[in-house]
Amino acid sequence: MVVLDNVPSAVLVLAVGVLFATGVYLLLERSLTRVLLGFVLVGNGANLALLIAGGRAGAAPIVGNADPAIPLSDPLAQAMVLTSIVITLALTAFVLAMAYRSHQLNGHDEVQDDDEDRRIARLALRNEAAWTDVDAAETGETLDEEAAEVHDDIEESLQVSTGPAGGVATGSTGEEGEP
Amino acid sequence: MLAVVAAHALLALAAPTLVRWLGRKAFWVLAAGPAAAAAYALSQTTAVLDGRGPAERVEWVPALGLALDFRLDTLSWLMLLVVGAVGALVLLYCSAYFARGAVGLSRFAAVLVAFAGAMAGLVTADDLLLVFVFWELTTVFSYLLIGHHADRKASRRAAMQAIVVTTAGGLTMLVGIVVLGVSTGTWRVSEVIAHPPTGWAAVVAAVCLLAGAATKSAQVPTHFWLPAAMAAPTPVSAYLHAAAMVKAGIYLVARFAPAFAQVPAWRWIVVVVGSVTMLLGGYRALRQHDLKLVLAFGTVSQLGLLVLLLGYGTRAAALAGLALLGAHAMFKASLFLVVGVVDAATGTRDLRRLRGLARRLPLTTAAGVLATASMIGLPPFAGYVAKEAALEAWAHDSDPLGRVLLVVVAAGSVLTVAYGLRFAWGAFGKRPSDVEPVTVKRQPLLLTAPPAVLALLGLAVALLPHVGDHLLAPHARTYPTGNVGHLTLWAGLTPTLATTLLVLALGAALFWHRDRVERFQERLWSPRDAGLVYRRLMRRLDDLAADVTGTTQRGSLPFYLGTILLVLVVGPGLALAWGLRGSDLPGTAAAAGRSGVFRVGPLALVPFDRPAQVVVVLVIGAGAVLAARARRRLKAVFLVGVAGYGNAALFLLHGAPDLALTQVLTETVTLVVMVLVLRRLPPYFSDRPLAASRWVRVGIGVAVGLVMMLLVTAAPLARTHTPVSADFPRQAVAWGGGRNIVNVTLVDVRAWDTVGEISVLLVAATGVASLVFLRQRSSRVPRVRDDAPRPAAPAVPAGAPAPRRRTAWIVAGPTLASERRSLMFEVVTRVVFHAMILLALFLLFRGHNAPGGGFAAGLVVGLALAVRYLAGGRYELGEAAPVHPGLVLGTGLFLSAGVGIVSLLAGQHAIESFLVDVHLPVFGTVHLVTSLFFDLGVFLVVIGLVLDVLRSLGAQIDQQAENEGRVVP
Repeated sequence: MVVLDNVPSAVLVLAVGVLFATGVYLLLERSLTRVLLGFVLVGNGANLALLIAGGRAGAAPIVGNADPAIPLSDPLAQAMVLTSIVITLALTAFVLAMAYRSHQLNGHDEVQDDDEDRRIARLALRNEAAWTDVDAAETGETLDEEAAEVHDDIEESLQVSTGPAGGVATGSTGEEGEP
Repeated sequence: MLAVVAAHALLALAAPTLVRWLGRKAFWVLAAGPAAAAAYALSQTTAVLDGRGPAERVEWVPALGLALDFRLDTLSWLMLLVVGAVGALVLLYCSAYFARGAVGLSRFAAVLVAFAGAMAGLVTADDLLLVFVFWELTTVFSYLLIGHHADRKASRRAAMQAIVVTTAGGLTMLVGIVVLGVSTGTWRVSEVIAHPPTGWAAVVAAVCLLAGAATKSAQVPTHFWLPAAMAAPTPVSAYLHAAAMVKAGIYLVARFAPAFAQVPAWRWIVVVVGSVTMLLGGYRALRQHDLKLVLAFGTVSQLGLLVLLLGYGTRAAALAGLALLGAHAMFKASLFLVVGVVDAATGTRDLRRLRGLARRLPLTTAAGVLATASMIGLPPFAGYVAKEAALEAWAHDSDPLGRVLLVVVAAGSVLTVAYGLRFAWGAFGKRPSDVEPVTVKRQPLLLTAPPAVLALLGLAVALLPHVGDHLLAPHARTYPTGNVGHLTLWAGLTPTLATTLLVLALGAALFWHRDRVERFQERLWSPRDAGLVYRRLMRRLDDLAADVTGTTQRGSLPFYLGTILLVLVVGPGLALAWGLRGSDLPGTAAAAGRSGVFRVGPLALVPFDRPAQVVVVLVIGAGAVLAARARRRLKAVFLVGVAGYGNAALFLLHGAPDLALTQVLTETVTLVVMVLVLRRLPPYFSDRPLAASRWVRVGIGVAVGLVMMLLVTAAPLARTHTPVSADFPRQAVAWGGGRNIVNVTLVDVRAWDTVGEISVLLVAATGVASLVFLRQRSSRVPRVRDDAPRPAAPAVPAGAPAPRRRTAWIVAGPTLASERRSLMFEVVTRVVFHAMILLALFLLFRGHNAPGGGFAAGLVVGLALAVRYLAGGRYELGEAAPVHPGLVLGTGLFLSAGVGIVSLLAGQHAIESFLVDVHLPVFGTVHLVTSLFFDLGVFLVVIGLVLDVLRSLGAQIDQQAENEGRVVP
């Protein structure tokens, strides 16, 4: 078992705590701008957390750049944080676009309760169906009556004979029935 | 057998094309699939008889023990023969049955053949999971076939019912299969049956398998889907609901009965369900007027009898069951096909309206009468032989239960005789003259031959009972108890013969008094229709789902987020705290006694790594807390920015220059973009006076912060393994050809992650664009030479010629209102723009060995573009980057992923970089790492992202504002 010298530094831990606490506080708001700012703060906190999990501070992970006696900081955690930073940028742009659109449509950027969810909850309270399914409705018809309406696309082009004397054999061979 | 299944699959795929080419004659070609299955079964008859039936195995997912296992034993042989022969005849029948211009014929043909293939696979598969896969395939295909006329309510409803009921059973069966596989340690059907589980596993497996079989084979109480499924086209009824799909459940019972018949739960379920189904089906059949419905309820009844015979567990009953299985497939399929002919000839299936068909359709009538004779058990037909064997089996059963079942089966047979006669009389019998004669159309031989062939087969096999005896006995012998018995036409004057005669007499009497029986049924209290109960049940289920949704889905985003975060605190948070009590973490123990380390319970901390961290963290903390309290949008944004720059400083102090660089750049881009959007939003956040909810938010925030602090302290201390990155420095130089380990990690070691990430960037950029560009996102980039609508501001001198040729850049005069122009800014932009581009290229190329790389370089270019846009307006952006962002994004992703393909072509792993030394005449040897191209792709994607964001949130918002007649501040 290898035990690493990974004792984290208290100020970094504190920074993570503050970033998460303030970020979550903003995240629970209704204004999309504040939600976004909260997300950015939480993102910063998460990046810092990743970095701390990678181990203590060290030399920049560039080969041959530093004194070999100083251990390098963990490059894997840094690579992950790097991608995370750029994705946060993309997400920020996306939520901003959403906030702008919301403002354009509603005149504000606040997230309202979902109408459909509220409608379903309201109907469920009254025990009404949230949607009507014509197929599931009771018709009151018996199977027999229903079956009488169902017919396949059957070949219709054959000769018709109405009675014992009627009907003339068609030209095609292999047909059944007396002429 | 795999080849047979594959042939079906190919034919199913080809079916639409074939139907387009050949019309309904395509069915002739398609019939080759099932015919091949039947021919294959016939060709293996001797081998199967000797117990040397073929077996095939193709490994599929070895890690999961999943293989394509097939084998042909007696039961599979019988089923494959039935499925193949009836399938081929039904397909031939289809070619004459459907109108030439029938709607959806190509889909129908494809699905029907696919169904035949799934069925062939199901009965030959020797792997439990494979059985399940084919089982569900038949369910899905049957859904499509029943709902063939999707425009009709009855069809949709029947199809939905069938799939819900059979899938519910199928899922239950899957539970049984998993129990079987896990408890026996093998997924081979043959091995499971040879060594069945014992104890509770046997009971659970038996009950679950029976649930699957009962739903598929329309046993009470799930029998109702079968009569409703008569909404399917008649050939489907003949194939699926007589010969094939409903027999899948019977097959399952027959397959597992040798292993489970001794389990009491199995036997009792089989006896009760089978008996009730048999009697109920027969009883209901006596009242139907639609010929198909008479047959459907009759099928329910016969399926009950089959479950009873094949599931009961004695060899004699099993042999009778196998014989009945074959006989039923022949006569019932034949009868359905006869109904199809009648329907085609007269346009009705109502037995009250048919009259005089016997004279008009002699061949059809003959086939119908022969098949009916077999169904009601008249000698010398297959049905008679099977039923005699059944009665004989119960009569000689050692268990007293056998006597009861003898009575049940006899009673069921009386009903069968009655509804059989009702069918034959209804279709072909003479009527009182007050019935209006129906118009009868002649039918082609191709339509009448298949039912006739099946009916005659029922006669032929019965004339040679000892052959059937010989062929079917091997499977019956695998059952646990009793003598196998014999199939015979004449066993002498036995009590069984007397019973048969009694059954026939009583059945005929019941038929004779059919009017009274109908009236009696009408008057009698009848149990609630199972279909109605099902629909009520589904309604209740919907209500329950709505209640659950209404309680949990409140539609409030803060509520959802709060719930998620509270779960984080209560679940993982408490678990973490609980796990930390008591013993020290490995890291804590190792750090004990070192200078500067202080302990908090089981955790160890140092105050700081570098003193400067303290200052930076104070700045971050202040920024974050003030941002949370800010009421002004812009202020909040800048304070969050402060925290972000602080983070960059922390990265730098931690020894992560790449991160610091990227963080600074993204923070700047973020600020620019935020400001661009915020100019359209109100300056202040709206008031939220609810103080109580604010304290709840504070509480959740603090709790989450504490949990995260605990987590980040415990996580590094809990590590006990060498980090995977320990070897990265060596690998980076040796394989990646670079000294900047983070960059090599991104473009080489973990390049797939990066490909995923830049794909996310692409999606996000597209999302931004589609949110802002409402109608369309044209590929046209706005340029100065386009006749730009002048800004609303009057600053531009009227009549000034719009420049047609560019002589200088950043000439904002013609395109930007004067109050928005800043001469200083324009001049500075002219100075720094090229420098920034150069810096970006520098960062890009040196990124492999020193801080920099594609991300940072792309962001620098993005910033340069942002500067140009801010200085010169949206037309300047078009001039600076006269390309469509989508093109840049696409090229970037293509380049990054393309490097992977090049590496593959060079015989290496995907995205593995390789070094190329290029000899150029002047420069000498150039050392080239392929991953540079990967980084170039990343570079382009980041530029594309920023460009897209600037175009959407910058230029397009400008334009929308101008269209609204407002000058953007």
